[in-house]
Amino acid sequence: MELTTKYLGLRLAHPFVAGASPASDTVERCVRLERGGAAAIVLRSLFEEQIDRDALAHHQAEFGHADAHHEARSYLPMVDDCVFGPDEYLAHLREVKRAVSVPVIASLNGYTHGGWLEYARTLDAAGADALELNLYAVATDPGESGDELETRALAIVQAVRRAVRMQVAVKLSPFYTSLANFALRLRQAGADALVLFNRFFEPDLDLEQLQVTTSMELSDSRELRLRLRWLALLSGQGDCGLAVSGGVHTVRDAVKAILCGADVVQVVAATLRGGPDVFGQLRDGLWRWIEENGYRSLGQMRGSMNAARSPDPKAYERVNYLRALQTWRGELDS
Amino acid sequence: MQTTPTITVDGNEAVASVAYRLSEVAAIYPITPSSTMGELADEWAAHGRPNLFGTVPTIVEMQSEGGAAGTVHGALQTGTLATTFTASQGLLLMIPTLYKVVGELLPFVMHVAARTVATHALSIFGDHGDVMAVRQTGAALLCSANVQEAQDLACIAHLATLQCRVPFVHFFDGFRTSHEVRKIVPLADDDLRALVDVEAVAAHRRRALTPDRPVLRGSAQNPDVFFQAREAQNPFHRDCVRATVAAMERFAQRTGRRYAPFAYHGHAEAERIAVVMGSGSACVRAVVDHLVARGERVGVLTVRLFRPFAVDAFVGSLPPSVQRLAVLDRTKEPGAVAEPLCLDVMAALRRAEQAGTATWTKSPQVVGGRFGLGGKEFTPAMALAVFAALAREVPPPEFTVGITDDVTGLSLPYDRAFELPRAGRTEAVFFGLGADGTVGANKSSIKILGDATEMHAQGFFVYDSKKSGAMTVSHLRFGSEPFDAPWLIGRADFVACHQFAFLDRYGVLDLAAPGAVLLLAAPFPPERLFDELPREVQERILELRLRVYTIDAEAVARAAGVGGRINTIMQVCFFALSRVLPVDEAVRRIKESIQKSYDKKGDEIVRRNFAAVDQALQHLHAVPLPGVATATRCRPETVAAAAPEFVQRVTAVMLAGHGDELPCSAFPPDGTWPTDTARWEKRAIATAVPVWDASICIQCNKCTLMCPHAAIRAKVWQPAVTSAPADFPAAPFRGKEFGEANLTIQVAPDDCTGCGLCVQICPARDKGNPRHKAIDMTPVREVRDRERARYAFFLELPDVDRAAVAKLDVKGSQLLRPLFEYSGACAGCGETPYLKLLTQLFGDRLLIANATGCSSIYGGNLPTTPYAKDAAGRGPAWANSLFEDNAEFGLGFRLSVDMLTQRARKLLRALAPLLDADALVDDLLAEHDRTDAWIDAQRRRVVALRQALAALPHPEAQELAELADHLVPKSVWLVGGDGWAFDIGFGGLDHVLSMHHDVNVLVLDTEVYSNTGGQASKATPLGAAAKFASRGKAVDKKDLGLMALNYGHVYVASVAIGAQDAHTVRVLREAEAHPGPSLVIAYSPCIAHGYDLVFGADQQKRAVQSGVWPLFRYDPKVAERGEPPLVVDTVGGAVPVAEYMRNEARFRMVERIDPAGFRRYALGAQQAAARRMATYQHIAQLRFPSVAAGETKHGAEPAPAGPEA
Repeated sequence: MELTTKYLGLRLAHPFVAGASPASDTVERCVRLERGGAAAIVLRSLFEEQIDRDALAHHQAEFGHADAHHEARSYLPMVDDCVFGPDEYLAHLREVKRAVSVPVIASLNGYTHGGWLEYARTLDAAGADALELNLYAVATDPGESGDELETRALAIVQAVRRAVRMQVAVKLSPFYTSLANFALRLRQAGADALVLFNRFFEPDLDLEQLQVTTSMELSDSRELRLRLRWLALLSGQGDCGLAVSGGVHTVRDAVKAILCGADVVQVVAATLRGGPDVFGQLRDGLWRWIEENGYRSLGQMRGSMNAARSPDPKAYERVNYLRALQTWRGELDS
Repeated sequence: MQTTPTITVDGNEAVASVAYRLSEVAAIYPITPSSTMGELADEWAAHGRPNLFGTVPTIVEMQSEGGAAGTVHGALQTGTLATTFTASQGLLLMIPTLYKVVGELLPFVMHVAARTVATHALSIFGDHGDVMAVRQTGAALLCSANVQEAQDLACIAHLATLQCRVPFVHFFDGFRTSHEVRKIVPLADDDLRALVDVEAVAAHRRRALTPDRPVLRGSAQNPDVFFQAREAQNPFHRDCVRATVAAMERFAQRTGRRYAPFAYHGHAEAERIAVVMGSGSACVRAVVDHLVARGERVGVLTVRLFRPFAVDAFVGSLPPSVQRLAVLDRTKEPGAVAEPLCLDVMAALRRAEQAGTATWTKSPQVVGGRFGLGGKEFTPAMALAVFAALAREVPPPEFTVGITDDVTGLSLPYDRAFELPRAGRTEAVFFGLGADGTVGANKSSIKILGDATEMHAQGFFVYDSKKSGAMTVSHLRFGSEPFDAPWLIGRADFVACHQFAFLDRYGVLDLAAPGAVLLLAAPFPPERLFDELPREVQERILELRLRVYTIDAEAVARAAGVGGRINTIMQVCFFALSRVLPVDEAVRRIKESIQKSYDKKGDEIVRRNFAAVDQALQHLHAVPLPGVATATRCRPETVAAAAPEFVQRVTAVMLAGHGDELPCSAFPPDGTWPTDTARWEKRAIATAVPVWDASICIQCNKCTLMCPHAAIRAKVWQPAVTSAPADFPAAPFRGKEFGEANLTIQVAPDDCTGCGLCVQICPARDKGNPRHKAIDMTPVREVRDRERARYAFFLELPDVDRAAVAKLDVKGSQLLRPLFEYSGACAGCGETPYLKLLTQLFGDRLLIANATGCSSIYGGNLPTTPYAKDAAGRGPAWANSLFEDNAEFGLGFRLSVDMLTQRARKLLRALAPLLDADALVDDLLAEHDRTDAWIDAQRRRVVALRQALAALPHPEAQELAELADHLVPKSVWLVGGDGWAFDIGFGGLDHVLSMHHDVNVLVLDTEVYSNTGGQASKATPLGAAAKFASRGKAVDKKDLGLMALNYGHVYVASVAIGAQDAHTVRVLREAEAHPGPSLVIAYSPCIAHGYDLVFGADQQKRAVQSGVWPLFRYDPKVAERGEPPLVVDTVGGAVPVAEYMRNEARFRMVERIDPAGFRRYALGAQQAAARRMATYQHIAQLRFPSVAAGETKHGAEPAPAGPEA
């Protein structure tokens, strides 16, 4: 059974890709992901804002007290090779590229227009096989309308896509008023694939200190449902690739995502919990499921339950309330 | 384009560059003002820069200058070219080794940024006291007078020593030359290569100590041969002058720059000649030119090679017309016939006359004068006074110049207003804040003009002695013609004041020339600016017809996102107004400079600074001036009228910046200085201060405990006080010991630095609005007047009765008056909370021996000092001896106090029969725990004793009356940093700990040499970047506590006040109570750690929780009870060590440089923490068997061991 998949112009041995996570933070871990069976590796995001914050903090530490007292020209060593920029990320990317033979997808989270563009170009030049743009922002500015926000994002995608040779995926959050429309415009802006969805750090409260704490919990299978809906709704619209990210933990999860239209299944939490061998297990499990359920190919099953092809497409559009009402009515009828 | 390449550097860099390239090994130790030379050498080596021989020199930092000298000696003996850099006390510590190096004829150069040696006081500034202390070693002494010379003579010294084998001390004036930024012609590698005699290098290597050609050196010689062997060396010293002159000649041939042991400048038939060494010579030269132009027969002889003193060269340099010589020494040798240079000159003249080589017909008259001690300015006006004195009918045989000596009358009068004409030169002064980057921007301006144009540029930078809110004054000169003016600017064409508040506090316009441009950074629109000025400033502006410009630089900086760094904005304004460069070109070059400086530090930094530059000119405005002064407001008095007489007469003058004008009689002749002066200096440097909300406060007093400046305080007071301001905040005190009492927590708005530590530590939040705490930072302009009035009233409230405080814990201790207040330490300093707490607990009976370092600078640097007195006039008595000897110094305190106590007790016992007060005597002599209540009672008994003694005519009664205060125990504390305790002073500290005397050691461990700029110490932790460990320290810190507790009788504890404050309070009390030596090692966050110190306490918590900084107490008396003596108060492991490390730039920068290395260090630090904790916990399990006399296995007495048994 052939499991090969095309995604971002890359030919992958199967749909299971290591999503952006600490699991790809070192070369050794990337090698283990490949050995475990990952078909491609998405590196953790290069955060423009983090680079700038680091640089500014260091700048303050280095220069904030320099030339301020007779006895000390500075208080930290002045070292030329203490650089703040994407160099470390690029070096990691190059090393990972050398160490593994599966495609390596860089990931980028910018916060200035110039930063998005420049870093994307740099990642391209450093040999990334593709790029995942992480449109990760909580819209908090009451002065900015949804349309303005989307327009800004589209401009970034368009500029980046024009600036780089490699194909570009856009990783989205589900929090858009008209996600279908936005997805369409992203495709028009040049996005080669969409990744559904980003997961955010979420605030929590420390009741003793009365402080807000933030953390990221690993996902579980329940989070898949939201993604299934949007995979199904967006699948089959044009030739834009689709990847699912968040909520795939088992073979059955993966099968559902593929049936709803996912070209690629990004796996993070299952790797962090179960180790890199989870990729091989998912691949083999998928293979068995296809065999056991009589599909001819992966292509045949992919998207077969999307909104265009599923027997009850309206189900993806309904809210739970309506569905529950019908179920109850049906039971009364019988 | 320029034909000759030039560089713009300071003296230290110019010298270090030569020394580095001509050396293979450098062993160094940081000391101001020479530290930069070692730091640069270390940086270059870290970047793999090779020396002239193609290898990267090995740079090692030692534990002291003595260690550095020893290492250099060993390296020289075994055949490498070695060097070192030092100054002042550091040079003195090298003297024993220097004798050896000279005695063994090892070719060697050490470079000295000459600095005052501490006497009645420490001074970091320049004079020749240190180099004069090595005359007797026999090293050659070669002196440079400016930055170009410093580079050139550094090279000549290295060349000459290789030829003649006599070691050289090459020196130049500390700060004046070491820190002067100048444009010079550099020595290229090719120059050095052409000049160095490789055969001489080979010969040095052939003399190396090696088992392949074994010899013995350093023998012990007997009276039969030592003398002859010593004299056998004479030819080498005789050859030294020739070798130096030859090196100078070769140098001249290569570079065109010609030097000689002595250089004469002036009238060809001069009659009056000044002889001078160092940077002062340029000043005399300038005056000579001025006088010669007016037809006077004067000249100046500059001494470069002081030792060996070349009599013939000296005589040959003097015009035969000479009649009178004034020899100017930048040192003082009390008791000598004259100062050293003067004595040598007198002897040289006599020697020439005896030898018949004298060129003059009548023996010249020689007078000696002292100038420039302790970095005192030496100006043309002073040089002019010297020539005037020489012209007197009878010149004064001994004089001083630059001061007013109304005690011994030795000083020459001089005209303070005198200025030499300076056509074609622009002179500019800039008043900035330490943190606003003014000095850095000015250095950049000099580089821009020096490197990119044909202009000549010079810069001096003056700082005040405070570490927070400090003022910097930059003195910049630019000119199309070369100039040498090593004195500060007196009349500037351009005056910039980067902090508007300075206009109220300092005589900013004192330095303005008539018609000068005045640039003010101010938060006012131009049309309002003049009205905001104090009246004196307005009048001076109008009187001098200044052209005034203004910019709201802080607003521009904020908009550009560069925080408080207004430097580049002001730099653009300077170029725009001074027109030394076309403004477009200046902007372009400033941007180039920004790009170059910050390129690797991130695009965002560059972008923001570019934005600041681009915005500057649009916000620069001319200020319209009315014809008359409009202000009704005058500059506030420097100190309040209530200040004591000494503060009014002396301190206030120093604070106003006029200390130079104080006469000798103003000063106590032995260096004794009053305490309790910081409170008269109201610096008002905070932009936001904490304000207390009594309704939320839970009265934990953590805010006051953590405040580094004693600027937020708690007081309990009786509601019966009726004079309180109407809105004076108070809350009912939660506690019973004072009855129905109020508690008030109050900020000192003019003493707060705005660090925010108190607010960060405050645990009490408003339930309805948790952002609001019991104290919140509030913009000071909104509350200053109100809080000033409140604080004034707060101070008037009586202090709490110490004996009445129920429990001396965190809360209780903070009700006591701090006797360490408003120091000049950095905002957020991690050291000072410990000291403040110490003074609260024991301040009224506290003696502090303080090692040199940060704590001696914020503790004892004039004009004002923070140690204070209580209402009874008691308080800490404080002294600083040296860096290296503090443990021994403090032990001396203890021995002395014990001796006087013993004497008092003996007298008391002897006089008891006469006193008829048996109960009083018994109580006075009784041993008791040193509680505050008992001490209070003992003090009252001492008063009663004095009354009783007054009735006795016995002379011993008089003696006892004077000694009676020693019946009240004194608390002796030895305070210093890790540089002292772990490194330079460790030998002494270890010895003092090994004894039984009751001294308490407080080590304020910042894990680096903080005061000199963050050099690594043995307390620097694994993986931390520090100078001399710029890629992360490769080994973990020494466990001083573990070493000390091995003694068994020493109380040892490790504390972190921000992590467990109650533990710290407890430890200080236990340490004080322990009757033997105690050692407390205190985690002290420091700016050298590289994070915002508002998070100091959080970071201390992380350090403790991660196990990097374990808290423990080892109490010998517990061991005596048979219980485990070590209590480990924390377990660690709760936070990954890497998380602690990632919060500090000192670790994070290692991660940027070498991510894999960082991971290794983080793992290593985690393992080390676990290992340390396991060791402690193991010790904490130990129960030492208690062996009473008669219980040993083998009989009544332990069996004697060894051959005598």
